[in-house]
Amino acid sequence: MSSAIELRDVTKRFLTPSGGVYTALRDLNIAVEPSEFCAVVGPTGCGKSTTLALISGLEPASEGEVEVFGKPVSGIESGIGYVFQADAVFPWKTVLENVAAGPRYHGLSNRDARIKARDWIARVGLAGFEDRYPYQLSGGMRKRVALAQSLINGPRILLMDEPFSALDVQTRSLMENELLGLWSSTSASVVFVTHDLEEAISLSDRVFVITAAPGTVKSNYKIDLPRPRNVAEIRFQPRFAEIYGEIWNDLRDEVLVSYERQKRSGAA
Amino acid sequence: MSAGIEPAGRPLLDLAARRRNDARRRQLNVAALRLLVAVVFLGGWELATRLGWIDVFFWSQPSAIVAKLWYWITQGTDLGPLWDQVLTTMEETVGGFVVGSILGVAIGVALGRSRLLSDVLGPYIKAANAIPRVVVGALFAISLGLDIKSKIATAAVLVFFVVFFNAFQGVREVDRNLIANARILGAGDRQLTTEILIPSALSWIVASLHTSFGLALVGAVVGELFGATAGVGELIYAAKNNFDAAGVFAGMALLAAMALVAEALITALEDRLIFWRPPVTTETRI
Repeated sequence: MSSAIELRDVTKRFLTPSGGVYTALRDLNIAVEPSEFCAVVGPTGCGKSTTLALISGLEPASEGEVEVFGKPVSGIESGIGYVFQADAVFPWKTVLENVAAGPRYHGLSNRDARIKARDWIARVGLAGFEDRYPYQLSGGMRKRVALAQSLINGPRILLMDEPFSALDVQTRSLMENELLGLWSSTSASVVFVTHDLEEAISLSDRVFVITAAPGTVKSNYKIDLPRPRNVAEIRFQPRFAEIYGEIWNDLRDEVLVSYERQKRSGAA
Repeated sequence: MSAGIEPAGRPLLDLAARRRNDARRRQLNVAALRLLVAVVFLGGWELATRLGWIDVFFWSQPSAIVAKLWYWITQGTDLGPLWDQVLTTMEETVGGFVVGSILGVAIGVALGRSRLLSDVLGPYIKAANAIPRVVVGALFAISLGLDIKSKIATAAVLVFFVVFFNAFQGVREVDRNLIANARILGAGDRQLTTEILIPSALSWIVASLHTSFGLALVGAVVGELFGATAGVGELIYAAKNNFDAAGVFAGMALLAAMALVAEALITALEDRLIFWRPPVTTETRI
């Protein structure tokens, strides 16, 4: 069986505004199985978000191959959902219009799209808020809209870029549990980018540790904690602590490297 | 032990009532002070001309301006009923405003969308913008004649550049995340333009409409100064030729009133167009 996502020896360089070349990723190798929940952790600025941009087709790779279900990625294709770190719901659309946008873009009539959207709004627990505008919602509720907006398209791959990093701790673990619930009813592969190792372990089947920039995979761990999981409680299991200790050993060095660099560039 | 939430008893109600009273008193204060400013300014002007400190022939006086306006309203102007003049200028202004805004938005969005177009046309637009644009009124008076068309064209040119630059900038400044999100969700080019770029640029565009309506009025009046048979600008021009300072001031007062009414209408329009923004809580908008 082929992988859902495969990145082989991928390198990504950016031109900096001053004309230099910045290498965000170097010789990155990642493979994600169908229906697998993967987390990508690494220090700030290691190219985690860039990885998602490559998979989604928003950015082309400079070198190497990016394949989704065996097909090379050459642009934005359907079948991919993307939940952004910052708010990316459309502020001039109501919750209903926001969620209905995807199906409409895929050719559904306005009526059918809305019927489908109401269903998804209820699934993410926002029934009754259909006619609100995003500015009238809390941060957690806007994330729910973003989730429904992505999932309604029935993506086979769901990319999430630190989606809950701006939420308070309680809302966050609530959202994490809901995400797991929603995900288990789909067969989507998830790539979840985060800098929070605890979040990464409690959610996923596999954790990739990325080195400080230029990012490459330092190690990858299979997380053998049983499902269904309760994110708020799983961290108290002894096995969780073991895994955490192992991965943290890897991650710590990279965080230190990245921190030293930041200090230096801050001092310069 | 219970939580320390007090029932909303007398003290709280008193506080709310006091707040309301304070707010009302403040509003009255502001209104009274505003009136005072008008009285001091107009009264001082009237007094200074009566006492001969400034020459009433050149600077007129409030009573004469009011008398002039009253005469125009009751007896009509030399060009015909006053209402017709106001209406003519209003038509020219609104016509120029609409034409200029539509062209500004359309071309601004098109250039904002296309890197190539903006690179090619950018310098020409900057050059055109650098010309003191009211002079095109002279050109239009020759090519389009003395009727309403030349005034609409002049006003439209003035409006166009303001709206154009705002629409262009608005499209350029659209949140990259919103564009990426729309594209991932499957939006095509047209949907991206109509559902993301234009709504997003609308705050910029609407903000420019405040300025540009004033400019449309300038365009219409300047157009009339270059040659016309009716309109408030023509009234002012005729008054100038008769050394009638009161007539010039009366015309200016009419223009100011028109601009204020239009400003109120545009603010209402703004609230309609940008309904998705949290209500603005600032007290005064100037």
